[in-house]
Amino acid sequence: MENENLLHISFSPHIRGTQTITKIMLDVIIALIPALIASVLIFGLRALLMTLAAVAAAVTTEHIISVFLLKKKTTVGDLSAVVTGMLLAFNLPVAINPAMTILGAVFAIAIVKCAFGGLGFNFMNPALAGRAFLLASYPMAMTGSIFARSGYLGKLPENLSGINIDAISGASAIDGISTATPLVAIKIIQAVKTIELTDLQDSFYSLFIGNIGGTIGETSVLALLLGGIYLIYRGIINPVVPALYIGGVFLLYLIFGQTDVSFFSGTAFTVAMFQILSGGLFLGAFFMATDMTTTPITAKGQAIFAAGCAIITFIIREFGGYPEGCSYSILLMNLFTPLIDKCVKPRVYGTGRKR
Amino acid sequence: MFNKWTFEGGIHIPYNKRLTQSLPIENYPLPQKIVVPVLMHIGAPAKVVVKVGDNVSKGQCVAEADGFVSSPAFSSISGIVSSIGMFKHISGKLVTGVEITADGRNDELRFEPIKNWREQSPSILMRRIGDCGIVGMGGAGFPTQVKLLPHRDKKVNALIINAAECEPYLTTDHRLMLEETDKILKGVKILQKILSVRYVFISIEKNKTDAIYVMKKKATTKEYYGIKIIPLETKYPQGGEKQLISTVLNREVPSGKLPIDAACVVLNVASAAAVCDAVLEGIPLTERVITVTGNAVKRPGNYIVPIGTYVKEILEYCRTDFSKIKKVIAGGPMMGKSLPDICVPVMKQTSGLLVLDTITPSYSKNNCINCGNCVKACSIHLVPSLLAKYFEKDMYEEALKRNVMDCMECGCCSYVCPAKINILHRIRTCKSYITQKRAKESLTQVK
Ligand code: SF4
Ligand code: SF4
Repeated sequence: MENENLLHISFSPHIRGTQTITKIMLDVIIALIPALIASVLIFGLRALLMTLAAVAAAVTTEHIISVFLLKKKTTVGDLSAVVTGMLLAFNLPVAINPAMTILGAVFAIAIVKCAFGGLGFNFMNPALAGRAFLLASYPMAMTGSIFARSGYLGKLPENLSGINIDAISGASAIDGISTATPLVAIKIIQAVKTIELTDLQDSFYSLFIGNIGGTIGETSVLALLLGGIYLIYRGIINPVVPALYIGGVFLLYLIFGQTDVSFFSGTAFTVAMFQILSGGLFLGAFFMATDMTTTPITAKGQAIFAAGCAIITFIIREFGGYPEGCSYSILLMNLFTPLIDKCVKPRVYGTGRKR
Repeated sequence: MFNKWTFEGGIHIPYNKRLTQSLPIENYPLPQKIVVPVLMHIGAPAKVVVKVGDNVSKGQCVAEADGFVSSPAFSSISGIVSSIGMFKHISGKLVTGVEITADGRNDELRFEPIKNWREQSPSILMRRIGDCGIVGMGGAGFPTQVKLLPHRDKKVNALIINAAECEPYLTTDHRLMLEETDKILKGVKILQKILSVRYVFISIEKNKTDAIYVMKKKATTKEYYGIKIIPLETKYPQGGEKQLISTVLNREVPSGKLPIDAACVVLNVASAAAVCDAVLEGIPLTERVITVTGNAVKRPGNYIVPIGTYVKEILEYCRTDFSKIKKVIAGGPMMGKSLPDICVPVMKQTSGLLVLDTITPSYSKNNCINCGNCVKACSIHLVPSLLAKYFEKDMYEEALKRNVMDCMECGCCSYVCPAKINILHRIRTCKSYITQKRAKESLTQVK
């Protein structure tokens, strides 16, 4: 009888919000769908198959590791492996060997994520680390880019899209039509000083829509923007991060991009525009520089992170031998995240200013 | 300066007030048996002054204040002291209590009303408030007269009346403002006189439009000059003392200090009404309005309940489906206490009884995904995830450095965490470890 009145006890708060990790990941997946659709329109069905392969490999790897190696309950239900798979695929050229895609996904999940303790403990963005791994292992396959010429709306001006990477590198990595990604192209063109301003301007529309060469997910700025706006609307990402990152790269090019022309000139503006619209900057800024686990936890820290990404991207693109700089900048800043989190503290109520 | 009447951080939660917000305050029938605990406030327990077998009237003191920070307790019915001993308390502990069995008589004891309170000195009014056992009725239960006491070299230039009622489900303050507007405003005037402050701010969340309207209308009359009604953003924990002070006055309470250090006193609106009763009618604090609500309650509502009534009886009276009860919470769902047992008496600071028919989902073993939601939600601007991690690694010094002791235990961080980590519980445990350690250290120093 005594126990009749005993109830469940718990510590406050007694109610819980509805947000879950799975829901967050689902939102990210939804936000990636426009880019996926764009990639199918641009590169054909192969883009979808590649994405599916990467996702399947990522999910299977995580499942196998957590169930068979760690003997724990599977964590694939949180959908984070799906996101990693999608992001990895989006960072690969469509014509890459599927085996490489799978290898990249396995690497990303097994080494970068699970080996450090799973979601929340990885210190680098797994998708980007996977990409970096593939880039180091298969540089040829990774920089080539096939561009399906059917069904697209416009195209890059002749001297941008026409450069054949095989002709320049002297090696054919893949079958089909290999063209340089826009950033590779502009690097080469800049080197031989054949660039025409109007050519660049003509390319803006194509860059925005995305029917240009590049990796599966990076080409359509429009689609990425749609997804990014969705994530901001859902409160998943901090809009300051993409704004500062993209804005930062733009500004740096505007000021320092063209040493031989005056600042803020029309040329500088055109070049800056070209730089932010290409090279996967939008993909990185909206989907990878905002990755929760590997970026700082405070808003202030996130702003510093984004600014750092912008600066490193600019430096790599301008002075590095490698035309793209987005993924390395994010990976590098990932390493700074613990330091930023340590140094950047919010002002606690009742301390410092304001009495 | 442009003031949005809110603070940084906090969360928006389903308020669930519709169940009871339009139900007028009802009288609860006289209970057959009550238990008056000697500890219904923060501070020293009161000292029992009656014996078993004594006849007591309603309003008779059964336990006196014992010490500076303490508060007397009164019988809320007329009856016979049937036993004095250890009784289960809302906190779950055994606490001395005076059990009184009703005798059906209706005699009542009151203090002499102070009708000419405007001519009385603050100390007389303050003594009356202490004598009547008035404590903060919002949940904390800090003796009101202690808050009003003048502090050497500390000025007070503002009084904030907390009527935000930001906890979900609770509607007592809301109903009180609609039905006892004058009582509240009179109480506020008395408090204003005691503190001799020019302005009093009554802060009400915007979701109580009717209350704001009624209070504003009355407060603009000449009689209540100097009282300002402040509509606040509807956000939890808008009713926290610190949040109110930064919202209304744009000041901050220095870390580790009290509102008085921001030249300000914050009192609950129900306490203001009780002050009016105490001074103008001489009625000690023997009853209070509580909200009884939740899905398993068939007759939810706002009831005036004699303090000391058993929770179980109240739930029976409100036709609660006992088979459905999974959890009963004293207070609101964010900061209230879940009761291990419903055979406990209602206290002065019990603002509601929330009966839940579901168990709160248990906390998970997920890792923190560093999403920063808890950081955004913390209105004290701590980094809750970090504090929780420090606790797990026994890094108390680091936790202290990151102001763990400033956590107001509002629960926002636990509420928003998508990984469902019980952050607050870890922080709370961390805090109590530190307090214990400090106590031990000061003990050894004395030796
Ligand atoms: S419980 Fe403490 S740490 Fe958590 S949000 Fe509230 S004040 Fe911040
Ligand atoms: S809300 Fe939870 S998961 Fe997110 S940072 Fe805070 S503790 Fe980590």
